[in-house]
Amino acid sequence: MDYFDIFISILGSAVRLSIPLLFTALAGLFSERAGIFDIGLEGKMLASAFAAACVAYWTGNAWFGLLGGIGVSIVFSFVHGFASITNRGNQIVSGVALNFVAAGLTIVLGQAWFRQGGRTGQVPPEGRFSSIVLPGADMMRDVPIIGPLYANVISGNNILTYIAFLMVPISWWVLYRTRFGLRLRAVGENPGAVDTAGISVAWMRYRSLIVAGFLCGFAGTYLSIAQSAAFINNMSAGKGYIALAALIFAKWKPVPVMLACLLFGFLDAFANFMQGKSLPLIGEVPVQIFQALPYILTCVLLAGFIGTARPPKAGGVPYTKER
Amino acid sequence: MSTASVPLPAWINYGLIPLLNLILAFFFSGLVVWAIGESPFEALQLLLVGALGRGEGIGFTLFYTTSFIFTGLSVAVAIHAGLFNIGSEGQAYLGGLGAALVALAMDSYVPWYVTMPFAVIGAALFGAACAAIPAWLQAKRGSHIVITTIMFNFIVSSLMNYVLVRLLIVPGKMAPETRTFLPGGQLPKLDWLIAMFGGKIGAAPFNFSFLIALVMCFLVWVLIWRTKLGYEMRTLGISPTAASYAGIRYSRIVMITMLISGGLAGMMALNPVMGASARLQIEFVGGAGFVGIAVSLMGRNHPAGIILAALLFGILYQGGAELSFDMPGITRDMIVVIQGMVILFAGALEYMLRPSIVRLYQQLTGK
Amino acid sequence: MSLDSPKDPAIELVGIDKKFGTVHANKNINLTVAKGSIHGIIGENGAGKSTLMSILYGFYQADHGEIRISGKPVTIRDSQAAIAAGIGMVHQHFMLVENFTVLENVMLGAEGGQLLAKGVASARKELKRLEDDYGLEVDPDAVIEELPVGSQQRVEILKALYRGADILILDEPTGVLTPPEADHLFKVLRVLRDQGKTIILITHKLREIMAITDTVSVMRRGEMVATRKTAETTVEELAELMVGRRVLLRVEKGAAHPGAVLMSVRNLTVKDSRGVTMVDDVSFDVRAGEIVGIAGVAGNGQSELLEAIAGIRKPSSGEILIHGKPVAGVDPAGLRDLGLAHIPEDRHHMGLVLKFEEYENSVLGYHRDAKYGRGPLLDLDAMRKDAEEKIAKYDIRPPNPRLRTANFSGGNQQKIVVAREIERDPKMLIIGQPTRGVDIGAIEFIHKRIIEMRDAGKAVLLVSVELDEIRSLSDRILVMFAGKIVGEKSSEAGEQTLGLMMAGIAA
Repeated sequence: MDYFDIFISILGSAVRLSIPLLFTALAGLFSERAGIFDIGLEGKMLASAFAAACVAYWTGNAWFGLLGGIGVSIVFSFVHGFASITNRGNQIVSGVALNFVAAGLTIVLGQAWFRQGGRTGQVPPEGRFSSIVLPGADMMRDVPIIGPLYANVISGNNILTYIAFLMVPISWWVLYRTRFGLRLRAVGENPGAVDTAGISVAWMRYRSLIVAGFLCGFAGTYLSIAQSAAFINNMSAGKGYIALAALIFAKWKPVPVMLACLLFGFLDAFANFMQGKSLPLIGEVPVQIFQALPYILTCVLLAGFIGTARPPKAGGVPYTKER
Repeated sequence: MSTASVPLPAWINYGLIPLLNLILAFFFSGLVVWAIGESPFEALQLLLVGALGRGEGIGFTLFYTTSFIFTGLSVAVAIHAGLFNIGSEGQAYLGGLGAALVALAMDSYVPWYVTMPFAVIGAALFGAACAAIPAWLQAKRGSHIVITTIMFNFIVSSLMNYVLVRLLIVPGKMAPETRTFLPGGQLPKLDWLIAMFGGKIGAAPFNFSFLIALVMCFLVWVLIWRTKLGYEMRTLGISPTAASYAGIRYSRIVMITMLISGGLAGMMALNPVMGASARLQIEFVGGAGFVGIAVSLMGRNHPAGIILAALLFGILYQGGAELSFDMPGITRDMIVVIQGMVILFAGALEYMLRPSIVRLYQQLTGK
Repeated sequence: MSLDSPKDPAIELVGIDKKFGTVHANKNINLTVAKGSIHGIIGENGAGKSTLMSILYGFYQADHGEIRISGKPVTIRDSQAAIAAGIGMVHQHFMLVENFTVLENVMLGAEGGQLLAKGVASARKELKRLEDDYGLEVDPDAVIEELPVGSQQRVEILKALYRGADILILDEPTGVLTPPEADHLFKVLRVLRDQGKTIILITHKLREIMAITDTVSVMRRGEMVATRKTAETTVEELAELMVGRRVLLRVEKGAAHPGAVLMSVRNLTVKDSRGVTMVDDVSFDVRAGEIVGIAGVAGNGQSELLEAIAGIRKPSSGEILIHGKPVAGVDPAGLRDLGLAHIPEDRHHMGLVLKFEEYENSVLGYHRDAKYGRGPLLDLDAMRKDAEEKIAKYDIRPPNPRLRTANFSGGNQQKIVVAREIERDPKMLIIGQPTRGVDIGAIEFIHKRIIEMRDAGKAVLLVSVELDEIRSLSDRILVMFAGKIVGEKSSEAGEQTLGLMMAGIAA
């Protein structure tokens, strides 16, 4: 059963790698369904990772760290909203700008505060989210198939992981079963309809960005104080863009978003596992293929070869009342 | 009605407003410097002296400027046709492979000026190839070019990683890079140009590709404003329905524009690869493609504006590097912050000041 | 005002004034609308009707003036305030979320609580009631984009009623409707009125005003020029009030001398982007030296027909022949080379690039011509000189080829297009809505040019929704209805005959 053990271990690591993607892609889901493109997800994640690490380092409390991460991420959302909603600026440009600001600021401030080349200090254990062993995990371990799956994949994760998966049905419920969700989806399709119904388009979009900032804050926090114990330069490493790819790959729907993130997380885990190993018959497979695969798959999807992706109609267009 | 429709004189639109936006960007960057306990004014002074104070500094500044001119032109050409190419980064990266392959093949046989035209073509071809698939996806399948070009930045990054680590690496070496090109594969330094102004180039890698960049500025200007193709691109960029009415074929213009845009981005590689390090290195583009977005926006997509904006960012890059030596509290990444601020204020927030300026203008002119 | 003030006014507008920059869109407007009546507001495009209604619905704020609802002064700052005041609006371009269901669209903004589940049941019940009361049947679970236009409009009306509107404003509601759909709409409006609702109908179609309204107000250049009881006025009087002087409908022209067939359409079928058949098996010829007019209510396939002939839209079957040769797959540029010029219906989106300078637009579509530059290059001096000549010949004002096209008036913009297409000396000319949004002076000028083209032996195909224009210019009239040519008449045919054909009633 060697292969099975390997599979279980890859699966466990796939789950862990997909969590930041999942939070971020759900964040993107809320802003893009409201008609605001969010290339700045990467920057938001990075900034919140930094903030979470700083706060957790200073307070020694992981939950305060989370609050810090969420707070900074929401501030970034506000800047994005100020540029693209209030001032009707180009949403792509605003996102690119925020990515730069986050990339630079985290290092400049990190160096000024910690003097470790952009790293933050090592966050003490109580300032981190550590893994939780679910009840019965040890007992179940010996049960064939289900046992290892439960013990190594389902159990043994930190609380943020469970929150991430919980966010999927919650997001679905909010989008499709609440007034807020109805208005949010409407504002991304036809803001004119929302405006004439007596609802403020700008405020709706701001609120969607706040939700996006909130979720992205979890992603960053996960990176710096759950998956590791400090902030490291550029630790988001393009995950914001993979999350964006996952969001498109999932055609802007919550449950498919989860599946896409798990798939992309799995590719990542598999690439790590394959590093330096060779497959029977094929020989050594370059890991770069797995790294590029999420992007290639998304392009193939966008080309319309696997169904069609219909983005929110009003996406990327600032709202102006027609004359 | 809002103030958006009120016309303003060109000196306000193209002079005052960009300048004020720039000042705001620097103001907020200054706040960051101040917040970490350093003096913003001293920092600005060190930055300017570092970038322009000596011949060597100027050489470095112009070296960076060269890269940004290429990527700025790349973004601008696409914008004129209504396409937002944010894949210049990846296109430049792949362009480096084109330039390097030509240099590796020719450097031991011919002098640099024979290699150069082939290298220009090689870099442009590879850059264009990288833009070709997103262009085709946009032209024929309606896929959003912003998203596909982002995806291609990462696809190219993985591909180049593979090529350098597995194929082009010098056997026995650790660093993922090609062998050093012989002089036949290098572009000469423009030390004489600096010397004309009484400076010494020192170690600065300011090289011949600067002149290529200036030629490209001129060619892009001719293309956009003096050719039928440029007319068609601008028509499509402003009004796709008018373009279809005029018999301007959408997919043809999208393809051609993106190939030119990708080609210009690809040529950027000449500067660092053949002009500076004389070898192809991993991640050599280092964000210049994204800076191109800022340069194009600030330069209002006009070659003359792009040269000025590229120079500004060149000063930031070189001055920022010097600054981090002189002020240990500030790392080199401060430039990234300033860049972000400039893109934010000159790009995303470009209309922020307009309403108040319109009101002020109306009061002053009594209209 | 010539009308006594109604005893029981639903709406009173007092001294409403609105400027957009230098444009004075509404000048001191006074208007009183009686409760339980259908009140028409008529005027040409750009007369200020839509601005006035947008002020009433809170989209814009008036610079001066007062709005009273049922006698009480109100401030309407946004749509929400308008809804609260009992005003509902059916926009010309529907404000519907296309991938939502009817129910979701109706509920949007009036969900009845934070959770949708609560409101859904009561919304269904209310929709059923509205359906029964007013004959507004539509499936609540249907997705908007799958519904025909008439039903979509019903959803807009339902939205307003669902929010408790007592006053319903309809902005050009029949522009997109087929005649049976328009009839159904009018039936609904009468029922609504009889149940006590107040209805304001904005239109530029005189026939509708006469058919359905109780009272009518006329707007001209931002001013409210008259209010009449519909029963006491005539089409002629209203038309005169709209344009400010007796309309010159007859254009001086001699007899036509038709020559060889230059352009033919054979069994042409064209579908729109949604796959709906817009042009259905249409055939006709246009000869040299004649003007063939296509009459029809907007949206009956004329636009698609024009675009197909111009090479912009691909036909799904049938063929178009120029000089007897099929031109399938020839693009607009190729057709221009064959001598086909096209004055498009929509100069803002097709005929001109508004951000371009005037001289750049005066070569649009012909920019490849050798006279504007050799090889790949453009000769700007030649372009500007050429533009100056056209400006002089067509009296385009201001006479400045370097001015942005957006800064010209509608009439002058249209002249830029007309000059460009006519001065190339084409053999065939296809024209859509040549005088839409154009002032009287320019209309006469453009009409004369079109007649001159005919007399010079060109084949002219003219599409217009203005029946008067079709009748005064055409030598033969084809009537289009629901994508088909339902008949051909001479230019002597009466307005009534043509009107019935356009409505699909007679052939």
